[in-house]
Order: sequence, then C-alpha cells, then structure tokens
Amino acid sequence: MTTLSDLKISEVKLAAEEGGKWGMVIDQDICTGCQACVAACAMENNIPFVGEEDSGYGRAMHWIRIERFWEGEYPEIKMTNQQPMMCQQCGSAPCEPVCPAFATVHSQAEELNLQVYNRCVGTRYCANNCPYQVRTFNWRDYERPEPLPNQFNPDVTVRRRGVMEKCTFCIQRIHKAQDKAKSEGRDVMDGEFTTACAQACPSNAITFGRIDKEDTLVYNMIHHGHSHGKKHLEELGTLPNIVYMNGNGAA
Amino acid sequence: MAYGKKETEKKKEHHEHHGHTEEHFKEKHLMLDPLPRGVMNDMVMEAVTEKPSWKWWVTVIFMSATVAYCLLYSWYVLIAEGVGVAGVNRPSYWGIFLVNTVFWIGISHAGTFISAILRVFRAEFRRPFTRVAELMTTFGLVQAGFSIFMHMGRVWLAYWLMPYPNQRMLWPNFHSPLSWDLLAITTYLLSSTMYLFLPLIPDLAMARDKTTGWRKNFYRILALGFRGTEGEWTHLRNAMNIFAFAIIPVMFSVHTIVSWDFAAATRPGWNSTIFGPYFVIGALHSGMGAAVVVLAAVRKFIKNMDYFIRAEHFDAIGKLMLIISMGWAYFFFNDYMVQWYGGDKWTKQLLHFHEAGPLGWMWFLMLIVNIAIPWAILWNPKWRSTPWLVSIVGILINVGMWLERYIIIPISLTINRMPFTWRQYTPGIEIPLGIGTLVLFILLYVIFAKLIPMIPVWEVQEGQMAHQLKKFGRETVVQVSELE
Repeated sequence: MTTLSDLKISEVKLAAEEGGKWGMVIDQDICTGCQACVAACAMENNIPFVGEEDSGYGRAMHWIRIERFWEGEYPEIKMTNQQPMMCQQCGSAPCEPVCPAFATVHSQAEELNLQVYNRCVGTRYCANNCPYQVRTFNWRDYERPEPLPNQFNPDVTVRRRGVMEKCTFCIQRIHKAQDKAKSEGRDVMDGEFTTACAQACPSNAITFGRIDKEDTLVYNMIHHGHSHGKKHLEELGTLPNIVYMNGNGAA
Repeated sequence: MAYGKKETEKKKEHHEHHGHTEEHFKEKHLMLDPLPRGVMNDMVMEAVTEKPSWKWWVTVIFMSATVAYCLLYSWYVLIAEGVGVAGVNRPSYWGIFLVNTVFWIGISHAGTFISAILRVFRAEFRRPFTRVAELMTTFGLVQAGFSIFMHMGRVWLAYWLMPYPNQRMLWPNFHSPLSWDLLAITTYLLSSTMYLFLPLIPDLAMARDKTTGWRKNFYRILALGFRGTEGEWTHLRNAMNIFAFAIIPVMFSVHTIVSWDFAAATRPGWNSTIFGPYFVIGALHSGMGAAVVVLAAVRKFIKNMDYFIRAEHFDAIGKLMLIISMGWAYFFFNDYMVQWYGGDKWTKQLLHFHEAGPLGWMWFLMLIVNIAIPWAILWNPKWRSTPWLVSIVGILINVGMWLERYIIIPISLTINRMPFTWRQYTPGIEIPLGIGTLVLFILLYVIFAKLIPMIPVWEVQEGQMAHQLKKFGRETVVQVSELE
C-alpha cells in the first residue's frame, strides 16, 4: 500500500507549473491604445465589420480589443494604462470542457485553444464561461462591400453566421513558419515570424514567441528583468499564456 | 361561492351532531360521491366527442395563426438571418431562449411530481387530475425543446449533439453540462410520455368501446387491444408502478442537471453549489402554479368537469403550493446568503446589480409574487379552495419564476470579471418566439381535450369503489378498503 511518505513531492508536477508553447508579453506601459493591432488582426483573420449599430450593442467581433479604464470622476480623472485583451490561450481553459460538440478543443501540437468552426453549433456556452470575455460570435452573415472581399486572407477560413470564433495566436502563421523550417530541416527560429497584432504594433508593446525554451525573447522577458509581469485572473486557475507588464502597478 | 355557505352550515351541523352528514361528505369529496360507471364514462366521453362549438374553432384558428406567425415564421427569420435578430450580445450570450427552456422544464416538473409522487404515496386527491398534470409534463417539454433549439446558432446541425456512429469517429463532449442536459431531457421526455400513456390505456379502451367512425379506429390503435382482463390489469399496474417510482429520480436529476449548466460555469452568480435543489424547488413552484391554472381552466371550459374537479382539489394543491413557496423562499435565501457571505468582489457587484440595477424592480417583483402573495392568500382554506383566486396566484407565481430565471440568466450575465464588456440585454425576436411557445402549449391542451379523456376515469372509479360512507350510531365515517 502506498503511504503518504512514499509520495515524493518533487515528482508531483502541478498543472500550474506547466507552461504553454507559445506565449505573449504585452507591455501596457508603452501601449498607446492606437488600435493598430485591432485593425491588423481584423485584416489578417478575415473578421467581418458588424456596423455601428451591432457594434454599439456589444457585438463587435474583434478578436483583440483595447480596454480603457479610468479612476475617479470627471474632471478629476486618472487614466490607467490601455489594456489590449484577447484570448489568453489558457493552459486550462474554461471554454473547452463546456462545448458539447468538441468545437473548442486544446491542440496538443501547438498547445493552443483551437476553435473548430466547422464543428461549432452555436450554443455559446464557451463564451459564457470565458472569464476574459474574448470570444466573439457571428451574430449574422455580415456584408462585405466591394472592394473588401479582395483583401481576404486565403490562409484563414471565412466563418458563417452562428459560429463562435476567437484569437488563434495567428495559427496560420505558426503553421507556415513550421512548414518552412521543416522543409529547410531546422527548428523555427525565435523572432522568425510574429502575430499580426505584434507585427502592427508601432510601439512594440506586443511580443510574441516561444515560451517553452529558455533562450527565447519572450521567455526572458517573462522570467528575467521584469518583476511586474502579471497574468489576468490567474486566481481562477486558467493558466493563461499572456503576460501583462504594467509599471504603474495598476491592473 | 357556494362553498362559503356550506362552511357555515357545516359548523352549525357540527354543533348539532358532533359529526358530518352524508350530504356534506358527498358534496365535498369526489371519492365519496360515486356515480354509476356507465354514467361517468358517458360524462367524460361527452366532453371529448361533443361537436366543437364555434368558439372552440375560433380559439383554435386564432391560436394556430399565432403559432404559425410567432413560432414558425419568427423561427424561420431567426434561422435565415442569424442569432443577430435576437437580443443576445456580449456579455449576455444567453438570453430569453434559455430562460424559456428552464421555465418550460420547470413547468413540466409539476406534472410528474403530482402524478408520480402522489401516486407513490397513494394520495387519494390526486385521482381526477393526474392526466392533466402528466400532459403538462409532455407539452411543457415540447416547448422547452423548441426554446433550446431556437437558441442554437446553427440549429440545422443540432444532431451533432447526439452520440451517433459516424465515419469520423466524432462524439459529443460528455464533459459538457449541455450534453448531460440533452441526455437528461431526452430521458425525461421519453419516460414521462410513456408514463402519460400507460394510465391512458384503460381510458382509451373505454373510449374505443363507446365511439364509432374514425375515433373508434383512432382509439383502437392507441388502446393496444386492452380488454380489461386480469392479466392485462396486472401488467399495467406493474408497469405503472415501475414508472411511478423510476420517474421520480429522473425528475429530480433533470432539473439538477439543468442547474449544472449554470452552477458548473465560472461566472459570478452562477457558480453556486446550492443551485441543484434551488432549481428543483423552483421548478416545482412554477409547475404547481401552472398545474392549478390548467386545472381551473379544464374545470371551467370542459363539459362535466366540475363533477370531477372540486374545491377539495384546489385546497389540496393550494397547500402544496404554500409549502413549496416556503421551500423556495428558504433556498432563495440560502443561495443569496452563501453568495453574499463568500465576499467575492464580482459576486458582490452582481448582487448589488440584481437589487439596485436598472432592472431591480424585477428582483423585488419576484420576491413579492413568489413569496408574499402565495403566503398571504394560500394560508386560508376558503381562499385556496376558490379556483379563480388560486389560478391568479398560480399565474403570478409563474411570472415570478420566469423573472427568477431572467435574473439568473441575462441579468447575471451582464456583470462579469471584465468590466469593459458590461452591457445590458434587450430582447428582440425572443418575445414573439416566447409567446409562440406559450400559445402552442395552450393549443395542445385545447386540441387534446377533444382527443383523449382529460380525466383518468378508471382511476376515479377505482378510488370511489374503495371508499364508502358508513354510519356507526349517529356518526358517519368514511370506510376505506385496502387500495390497489
């Protein structure tokens, strides 16, 4: 019989210690809130434009949004830092177990949360259970007036009405880089590619890369030099893979 | 009401004889007021086969038109345009569709509760109204099914939620509370429909023997050749007994599992361990309220039903409603207290939003109609024996229970851990669709009243045979033979 002393505590690996494969660091101190990432993401991922009315009613479909908060009452307002918010690619994601159709699943290869558009039946349970509220739903088939259809990204599926979607960490770029590296017989190099939001950010507030290797930029940004990195709603045990740097100390 | 007069007479007689007279017993209790079998069968069959009046036709045509527009056409618009025509948004991804689903499942609960639990405990007052209640279960679940399918973004792929063999070896996710829900509701629908059908067989056989033409064929097929032999009765009783016992845990599990849709989620206001029993008692609360309304309507609008459904039945259900209302109040307080005590900042925000938010009036109205009004009215035997008064209480309880689900779903979803996304929910096409389900529910009753006997005649007769009045000296007592 196994007794308590037989258990070697060092061998017990807590889920919280397991990191993901791809991660991101967002420096809120240098984010200007210019929304270039929002625009770039919409272009890259074929995100429809929902129009003014739906957008005002909480149906904007951007996979990344800039959250802006303030403290106090007008005119004595203290603005806090801008907060870009997108899918945190949780290691233990609340959205995954609740989908009855396995449309939102964890990929073992990329260690990301995948949304399988073809499989989604639109119960919207995942979006309810997402503590970050970053999932967007195709409320309608939104119109794309000319010439917008000409800028579709051929690497990304165009979703129809009734389907949930969310930030994928630009998985099409990950795959492209991996395929290229594989054909050249090497590993993907750090900084070889990045996500659309990070690429578009004029102040370099967003950094994307591997976090499972010690010699990468993102790993070093998280683990060395910055003591004020913070993951959002970590207390829920979601194991998010995005770290927010905020020198002001405000969340 | 004549009942009030009888009460005073009763008191007078009580003083004179120290006991009740035979007439009083007969007037009051269906079980002690027997009619010959043939007469009773004729009374029930008359209500079924009587040629529908023009009022019936007008009602049915009007309601069918409403269902066609509100349910079918609106659903077509919803499917063709997308969920955008409904009011759901971020963060209220679930809206009135889910409110209605939970509401209708709740309504369907009391049917089985009345029928199965009272049958298991051999409560005699159940006899005339088990059928009406069981129909409520089946009809309610139909509406719940409509509501949940309306909710889906791509309803044409709903079959993906069923475990079926397929080329890609894809299964539904059994981790998801929605999968449990589907299995639980399907089980409940099938078993409650069978449980509705079993006690119907002797009545269908009776109807078969009393009708001609298409009706005879209709009843002949449905009666499954029931002739009333001893062997057939034994089988029927065994089957009914098994179902009555087995359906009680199914009933409890269904609403507990519905509550897990919310309790298993990480949302503030949902993640509450008491949700299981709270939802069960809430379902019974609304279900009993609906049952009493349906009963009063059956008594008022269907011929000869005032013989079967009497003040004593409203009195008995009124007592149940009162107790369930107290139970609901307890669980409501329990749920509120535990969440408040937890001290989570988001939950605190949410609780404040419930009471003091722009829709705070819903919260207070819910408490008034779910607790204050039932308690104020149902304690009085005279009031709770008055059909129209209990019906109003029943309707109000249902309003309150609908509001309770509305508060739990769209209002609670308004507040989450990302204040940037806080936004209110305004219903859109959910309203006609909700009205459509309500009208369809009533329409099914109106149509089925012309197809099947609304009263389980054989059960009433069985009860009447077991009871008789006997005089011992000056006192009349109710003598009971062993039942079943």
